[in-house]
Amino acid sequence: MSSTVEVTIPSVDRNPQLLIRRFSPTRAKEQAIRFLLFLCALLSVATTVGIIFVLVTEAVVAVGPNTAFFQEVSVKEFFTETRWTPQFSEQHFGVLPLLAGTFLIAGIAALIALPVGLASAIYLSEYASPRARNFIKPTLELLAGIPTIVYGYFALVFVTPYLLRPIFQDWLGFDVDVFNAASAGIVVGIMILPMVSSLSEDALRAVPRGLREAGYALGSTKLDVSVKVVLPAASSGIAASFLLAVSRAVGETMAVTIAAGMTPALTLNPFRSVQTMTSYIVNVSLGDTPAGSIAYQSLYAIALTLFCITLAMNVLSQFVLRRFREVYE
Amino acid sequence: MSNLDRVFESRLAARHRRGRVFASVCMASTWFAVGVLVVLLIGVVWQSAGWLNWGFLTNFDSRHPEQAGVLAGLWGSLWLVLYTTLFSVPTGIGAALYLEEYSRDTWLRRLIQVNLSNLAGVPSIVYGILGLTVFVRMFGLFGSQPKVVEVSLIFVNLQIPLPLGRTVIAAALTLSLLILPVVIVAAQEALRAVPASIRHASYALGATQWQTIRNQVLPAALPGILTGVILAISRAIGETAPLVMIGALTYVAFTPGDISSPADVFTNPHGIVEAPFDTFTALPIQIFNWVSRPKTEYQHVAAAGIVVLLAVLLVTNAAAIFLRHRFQKRIRW
Repeated sequence: MSSTVEVTIPSVDRNPQLLIRRFSPTRAKEQAIRFLLFLCALLSVATTVGIIFVLVTEAVVAVGPNTAFFQEVSVKEFFTETRWTPQFSEQHFGVLPLLAGTFLIAGIAALIALPVGLASAIYLSEYASPRARNFIKPTLELLAGIPTIVYGYFALVFVTPYLLRPIFQDWLGFDVDVFNAASAGIVVGIMILPMVSSLSEDALRAVPRGLREAGYALGSTKLDVSVKVVLPAASSGIAASFLLAVSRAVGETMAVTIAAGMTPALTLNPFRSVQTMTSYIVNVSLGDTPAGSIAYQSLYAIALTLFCITLAMNVLSQFVLRRFREVYE
Repeated sequence: MSNLDRVFESRLAARHRRGRVFASVCMASTWFAVGVLVVLLIGVVWQSAGWLNWGFLTNFDSRHPEQAGVLAGLWGSLWLVLYTTLFSVPTGIGAALYLEEYSRDTWLRRLIQVNLSNLAGVPSIVYGILGLTVFVRMFGLFGSQPKVVEVSLIFVNLQIPLPLGRTVIAAALTLSLLILPVVIVAAQEALRAVPASIRHASYALGATQWQTIRNQVLPAALPGILTGVILAISRAIGETAPLVMIGALTYVAFTPGDISSPADVFTNPHGIVEAPFDTFTALPIQIFNWVSRPKTEYQHVAAAGIVVLLAVLLVTNAAAIFLRHRFQKRIRW
C-alpha cells in the first residue's frame, strides 16, 4: 500500500487571477535591475562596435570632414609598396616593412616561447612533483604579471649589451645595433612563455588518465606516453595556445618600441633596428603629427591591419580548439 | 626467451636513457623561466641600487637625474586605478551577473560570450586608439578648442572639459574598457562556482531573483570575484601603451588636483573633484620616458622607477592572495 500525498494549490484554483502578472513595485524593481545588468553586458559588445567603427571610419570610409586613409592611398599601394615614409616629404605608404618587422619579432619570440613553453608544459603536467608544481606555477604567473615596459628595459639594458653583443658581435662578428629585433624578440618570447606553458598544460592535463595507463600497459616508457599518447591527444589545445601566444606577440607594444627602435626596414636581419606596426603607432602619437593629416590617418590604417591580424589569429585559435578537440568519455 | 623479448630488453636501457634526457630537457625549460625571472629582478634591483631613496619617492621629474622622482607618476597611477576600479568593477560584475544569472542560452548570450573572448585578445594599443578617438577627442565633435561645461553639485562646481582631453578620466575610461573582459570572465567563473542549491534554497524561502543574488550569490562569489578584479587592476597599473596613445604627459611637475600627500586631501578638498579632469602622468609612462632618454644615468632612474612599479604590483597581488585566503575559510557548503 502506498500512501499518497495530496498536493493542491487552492489559491490558484479558486482565484485564477493570481496567475496574471500584475504591476507590483517589487516586480518593477526586478525588471529594472535586470535591464541595468543587461546594459552592462551590452557594453562589451559596444566596445567591439566602437573599435571597429573608429578604425573603419578613420581608415576606410570617412564620416566627418576628414578624408579617410584609404581614400587617399590605394589599398594596392598599401600592401605592395616596400617603403614606409609617412613623415618624409616624399611620402610612401607601404605597410610591408612594418609587417616584416612585426613578424620578424613575433617569429623570434615564437622560436623561444613555443618549444620552451611546450617542454615546460609537459614537465608540469607529466613529470613535476606536486611540490615543484606549487612553486613553479605561481612563479610563472609572476612572470606573466610583469608589465611589458619592464621587459623593454630588460632588453635594452641587459639582453643587448650582456647577451647579444658578446656572443654575436665580439665572437661571431655580426654587427649588432643598439636597438635590434633580436633583443625585442627574445623578451617578447619570455613574455608569452607563461601563456604557452599554462594553456598547453591545461590541454595536457585534460587528457584522461586511462589513455596514459593504456600506454604503460603496452610497455611504453614515460617518454613514449608523454610524446606519443598525451601530446597528440592534446594537440588542438596546444595549437590554440600557440596561436594565442603569437597573436599576443604581434600586438605587443612597449617592449618592442623600446628595444627594436624606429627604423621601418624590410629586413630579416635580427640585429638591425626594425619598426613594428605597434611601435609605429606609438611613434606617431608621441610626435607632433597634426591630427587629420594623412600621416596621422595612417595610424588608423595600421591599427586596422593589426586588429584584423590578431582577430584572425584569435578566431582561428578558437576554431582549432572546437573543431579538432578530441572528446573523451 | 623469444627473439622479440631480447630485442625489447636490449632496447629498454636506451629508451630509458632517452626518457631521462627528455625529462631533464623539459625540467630545464621550466626552470629557465624561473631563472629569467630571478635574473630580471636581480638585474633591475642592482641597477637601481643607490638611486632608490626617499627623495625619489617625493620629487617630481627633473632634468637632473639625481633629482628625478616618481611623485607625479605615483599619484597619477593612484587616481587612474581609483577611477578605473570605479568604472570597471560595477559594470563588469553586472555584466557577469546578467550572463550567468539572467540570460538564457540565446544567440545574444553566445554573441556576447564570443565577443568577450575576442576582446581579451585585442592588443592594448588598439584600446588606446579607441580611447584617443572616443574619450580624448570625442570624434572631434566639439571642435579642437576644449569647452568647459560647469556642473554644479551641492557642494562643488564640477568643471568638465569637452572633449575630455588628456585627462585622468579619459585614461581611466579607456583602461576600464581594456580590463572589462578580464573582470567579466573572472566574475563569471566565480558565480558559476556557487552551487545551485544555494539559489534554490533562497527561492524556496520566497526571495526574488535579485534578493537571491544580492544576499546569497554575490557574497558567496565575492572572494573569487575580488581575486579576479585585483588581478585585472594590477594589469591596468602596468599598462603603458594605451596611456601613451591617449597622451599622458611625459614631463609633469604637478599631481592631479594638486594633491601630493594624504594630508592635502583635507587641506585642499577641492582638489579631489578637480583631479579626474586634470592632465597627468603615470608610473609606467615615467619609466618609458626615462628609458628613452639618452643620458645613461636615466637608465638607473628608470630601474628605480621599475622597482617602485613592481613593489606596487606586489602589494596588490599580495592583497589578492590575502583576500582569497581570508574569505575562503568562512565558506563551507
